[in-house]
Amino acid sequence: MKQSSVVDLLLLLLAIAVLATPAFSDLVLSKVERRIDVTSQVARVTKTLKVLNSGSESVSEFTLTFPKFLGNNLAYLSVVHSEGKGKSKRPLANLSVREANAKGLPDSISVYSVSLPKALSKGETLTLEVVAAFTNVLQPFPEKITQGEIHLVMLQESAQYLSPYAVESQSLSIKLPNARIESYTKLENTKLQGSDLKYGPYKNLQPFSYSPIVVHFESKAAFAVAEKLVREIEVSHWGNVQVTEHYNVVHRGAQLKGEFSRLDFQARPNPRGASAFRHLLARLPPRAHSIYYRDDIGNISTSEMQSDSKKTELLIEPRFPLFGGWKTFFTIGYGLPLSDFLFASEGKRFVNISFGSPIIDLVTEKLIVQIVLPEGSKDISVTTPFTVKQSQEIKYSHLDIAGRPVVVLEKDNVVPDHNQHIQVYYKFSNINLLSEPLMLISGFFVLFITCIIYTRADFSISKSSPTYLAKLQWDEVLATLQEVQSIIQKCLAAHDKLEASLRDLSRTGDIQTCKAARKSTDSLLKDLSKDLKPLLGFLQSSPSASHISPKVEELVVKEKELQEKLMAKHTTVVEGYEKKSSGRDIENRIASQQQKIIALRQEIEDLLEFIDEI
Amino acid sequence: MGGKTEPAKSESMATATTRSPDLINSSFFSFKSLKLKTKQQELLLRISILGLVYILAFIARLFSVLRYESMIHEFDPYFNYRTTLFLTEKGFYEFWNWFDSESWYPLGRIIGGTLYPGLMVTAALIYWALRFLRFFVHIREVCVLTAPFFASNTTLVAYFFGKEIWDTGAGLVAAVLIAICPGYISRSVAGSYDNEAVAIFALLLTFYLFVKAVNTGSLAWALGSAFGYFYMVSAWGGYVFIINLVPLYVLVLLITGRYSMRLYIAYNCMYILGMLLAMQIRFVGFQHVQSGEHMGAMGVFLLMQVFYFLDWVKYQLNDTKLFQTFLRITVTSAILVGGIALGVGTASGYISPWTGRFYSLLDPTYAKDHIPIIASVSEHQPTAWSSFMFDYHILLFLFPAGLYFCFKRLSDATIFIVMYGLTSLYFAGVMVRLILVATPAVCLISAIAVSATVKNLTSLLRTKQKVSQTGSTKGAGSSKASSKVTLDQSQPFQKNGAIALLVGVFYLLSRYAIHCTWVTSEAYSSPSIVLAARGAHGNRIIFDDYREAYYWLRQNTPTDAKIMSWWDYGYQITAMGNRTVIVDNNTWNNTHIATVGRAMSSYEDEAYDIMRSLDVNYVLVVFGGVTGYSSDDINKFLWMVRIGGGVFPVIKEPDYLVNGEFRVDKGASPKMLNCLMYKLCYYRFGELTTEYGKPPGYDRARGVEIGNKDIKLEHLEEAYTTSNWIVRIYRVKPPTNRL
Repeated sequence: MKQSSVVDLLLLLLAIAVLATPAFSDLVLSKVERRIDVTSQVARVTKTLKVLNSGSESVSEFTLTFPKFLGNNLAYLSVVHSEGKGKSKRPLANLSVREANAKGLPDSISVYSVSLPKALSKGETLTLEVVAAFTNVLQPFPEKITQGEIHLVMLQESAQYLSPYAVESQSLSIKLPNARIESYTKLENTKLQGSDLKYGPYKNLQPFSYSPIVVHFESKAAFAVAEKLVREIEVSHWGNVQVTEHYNVVHRGAQLKGEFSRLDFQARPNPRGASAFRHLLARLPPRAHSIYYRDDIGNISTSEMQSDSKKTELLIEPRFPLFGGWKTFFTIGYGLPLSDFLFASEGKRFVNISFGSPIIDLVTEKLIVQIVLPEGSKDISVTTPFTVKQSQEIKYSHLDIAGRPVVVLEKDNVVPDHNQHIQVYYKFSNINLLSEPLMLISGFFVLFITCIIYTRADFSISKSSPTYLAKLQWDEVLATLQEVQSIIQKCLAAHDKLEASLRDLSRTGDIQTCKAARKSTDSLLKDLSKDLKPLLGFLQSSPSASHISPKVEELVVKEKELQEKLMAKHTTVVEGYEKKSSGRDIENRIASQQQKIIALRQEIEDLLEFIDEI
Repeated sequence: MGGKTEPAKSESMATATTRSPDLINSSFFSFKSLKLKTKQQELLLRISILGLVYILAFIARLFSVLRYESMIHEFDPYFNYRTTLFLTEKGFYEFWNWFDSESWYPLGRIIGGTLYPGLMVTAALIYWALRFLRFFVHIREVCVLTAPFFASNTTLVAYFFGKEIWDTGAGLVAAVLIAICPGYISRSVAGSYDNEAVAIFALLLTFYLFVKAVNTGSLAWALGSAFGYFYMVSAWGGYVFIINLVPLYVLVLLITGRYSMRLYIAYNCMYILGMLLAMQIRFVGFQHVQSGEHMGAMGVFLLMQVFYFLDWVKYQLNDTKLFQTFLRITVTSAILVGGIALGVGTASGYISPWTGRFYSLLDPTYAKDHIPIIASVSEHQPTAWSSFMFDYHILLFLFPAGLYFCFKRLSDATIFIVMYGLTSLYFAGVMVRLILVATPAVCLISAIAVSATVKNLTSLLRTKQKVSQTGSTKGAGSSKASSKVTLDQSQPFQKNGAIALLVGVFYLLSRYAIHCTWVTSEAYSSPSIVLAARGAHGNRIIFDDYREAYYWLRQNTPTDAKIMSWWDYGYQITAMGNRTVIVDNNTWNNTHIATVGRAMSSYEDEAYDIMRSLDVNYVLVVFGGVTGYSSDDINKFLWMVRIGGGVFPVIKEPDYLVNGEFRVDKGASPKMLNCLMYKLCYYRFGELTTEYGKPPGYDRARGVEIGNKDIKLEHLEEAYTTSNWIVRIYRVKPPTNRL
């Protein structure tokens, strides 16, 4: 790695020498300020360019160049047209940037072309703010360290701004982490102020000026790189957005060589473990809930969460500290309230959600975002602030028939600057929401129906086998028994009515109604006994009921007896009333009958219970 | 639910509610006609009780998920999980033909031919069925919940079994008892994805179907039991218990003169079909006709034919004298032929002799003397009284009471359950893990005791009420009549006594429920891969070191790295670490394990040669000296020495002992202080202060200061040690260049 970059550098210098001075166009950079921030693993370059058109023709294209070894690692580039100075500076427009073919430029230079907001005519000036983020440009050196050694990295840059245009004045400041600085290239006008390293200002530089510098310093930042990150965002119209993120994280700093001693790591974590990182901090959206953190082999219990109304912070600790070159894989998942992310516009719905990983200072080499829309979504379109690779898939989840449409977005080399919102537009009718509950309902319905059919239907193969016939007969006997029972119950109810009429009589003294009640009961009982006869006959004739029929007969006889007794009692009482005899007299007269009636009633109850238990 | 297949003649349960005696109020007439009849009420009650028991059995086993997480427990389940994963990903044929090169390096293992596939196939079928029904669950969840699901099913089988041998009441009680019995829960909590999880279900099902077949003489039930047996064979090696208990039972029936056509049909069908089906399992193969353990079944089968033949001859010959002679000749010749066949078979090696495991079951001291690898497994130890009490609680004394009831109402079915109970209880005494096999029998027999007692007591109460009410002398049923006889000559306090006894029974049962819940939540729900302890302030501390180490292996070692560890951790390393191991929990090759044992107990340079010859890249040891975790490798070390010494006589146990005592402090033997295991466990431990007020290098698991604090490693280096030092991993350095 290191060697190849040195070769690159040489090639670049050679190329620049060959190019000599022919001007690229008539533009002149009157002032260039560059600030490089290397406090994290990403080298973030901010440039303020003041562009002046000194030629005669108006220019609408502006060319940005980087040395190839930087250009290859360019993760993020944005050019903003701004106005004003210092605090009053305000951005006007984001300008579109595209990778351009290098016409007549050597391979060792990457070229980007910026289209200006309006053509720059003669003598006009324009201020551009360029932000570029580079990954992998902080090279660990040495490449392998032991547990106790500090983590040193190296940055290669040019003290002079590489540009196809002439530069009138330029300066560079490098913000280093607040730690040891091993060495840096000393040129004229080089100053080290605290942790800021300053080169320049340099005046009147020719196009393609280049003066390489190397800074070697200690970095305490976590070189956490997700080799692959799959974010699955599942939108459910039942009120939840479920985010699941699968991380393949590796420590891209200097590799650990030799032993890992837990004793040293525990007893003297600094410096004996300074090159490792233990935590990652994920800043989740507010109101994130049901957060989990696990991996292939189960839940990881070492995580902490803090939340307030602005954000939810999840401090995740991998199972082991990550030293240089160590890897781990884990999954975090959380639910978000749908109302915060789903909006409607012009008859369409759209999900507005951030693209990158919520973990801060994490570089993702390959990011795959899968947005799973509800089953039945149509007319799907995506808008993103930068270019991504798009495709569509189908995912099957619980109770899906057609599957859910999945929008897959892929992007390589993602840095925190890419954490911008993307919008997925789609059409979805609310009726589709009901399909899953309906499916469940119909599933259970079918289950119950089959159960009912199974219990009702006759599945025996041989309809003439003796056991089958016996079973049929037995069923018939049971049915008859049930009928007998119900008739007896009706008789008993009639008896109760009779008794009730007697009670009414004692209350009102209305003999006529009482008699009428008796008459109706009498006829009812007669009808019932008529009904009972064929049933009894069947039971007697049926062979399989032979052990029951005596009991049933007994029951019927007892019932008859009870009937007679009751009638007798009734007659006695009514007669007593007609004769206007005293209540005590009547009671005395029916006392013996009453006792028998109670005894009979009890016996009938017993018999009924017995039959019930068959 | 099973309620709908109820035959109509079932007796009502003792506790079923009777109808309200208040019939005078006629305004309730319409309501009453809608009211369910007693029988229907009873059916409803029974189904709802069974439903609740079904759910109870399931949720009682979810403690582990609540306390920890939805994860696979212990050691063997990790292998089962790994194979199930393979099965669901690659399909059945790939699984069946799987040669696993990740274990037993460099030998490898033919997985398809050396496992019981029942469990994995069951889980995969459930998984596929759920996917078919559009429930996209993870296979891990299916595996975790397989054991509780089958435990629930077992309660249903227990109900039907109880109904078959006694009555529905006993069935219900048996279902409840087995649902929460700790002896069963210990091996069927959520996550305990082991063969036993489905095997107990299969075992009980086979027994139930067989008893049903014997009771009815129906071919269909016998066929069912053959299939149950097949499932059992496919699921667990414990099927040997069935294939020996059933013939033994048949033999007992023959001897007690209970031979019948029903028995003939049931046994023949079950044995022949079951045997043929069992041969389809590759791991079992032709053992049914070739191994000594299965010969009993075959002998009984032949005896059965002789019996039938004699029966027929007796029917043909009217002359008893002639028959007596014929009987003598036939029996003698049959025994002679059988004996000769057995002798020739054994001598020629066609019939293999009994295996060590089988011997160690019959003779508890056998393993200790001959096969240290069997004796070294903690679950193969003889059972202590306390664990019986722990696992059975009140069942321990309900069991004899149930036996009394069984003997009082002796039938084919009760003879079976008595034999099952007694034999399995003996085996449970020999090996701790076999408590599991005895549990269903103990629950069933205890259920008979509970049900019969409660039934008698309640009928006593109910009859007395009736008598006092009506003064009638007529009984409603025969059982009531019989109890009335006792009532007539009763003491005045009988009713109160019955109430007191009932209260006592319910008190006992509630104590049982409390005990079971407590045991389940406290003792049997730990996954043993995650250790939990209470901190100084009563907070819960979790030691997740195993997974930390395995995950480190998985992520940060080359994919072809070979890991050497003691065999206990083999399955876990392959499943969670996804790396090749030298030995694992499938202890099929004693020599290989002994080689590892030898390496662990040799000096470092000798061990290095062994490790080089086995291509070992990493060595993993488990060490509890920092946390006080006592089941670590130092405490297991003597078994390594014994097993290693069993094959390689260079390793001698006395070298590691001082006056017959195993020590790690200054008084330890020099060989002990310098062997590989000691060095790997205590490397740089001498610099660590583990406990306040104790010198550095104080081993908390053994409570001593270690004897060798200045350990230098020459051929290995520390690669990773987990945060609580429980797992330590060392890298084997490549050989140094020769100068």
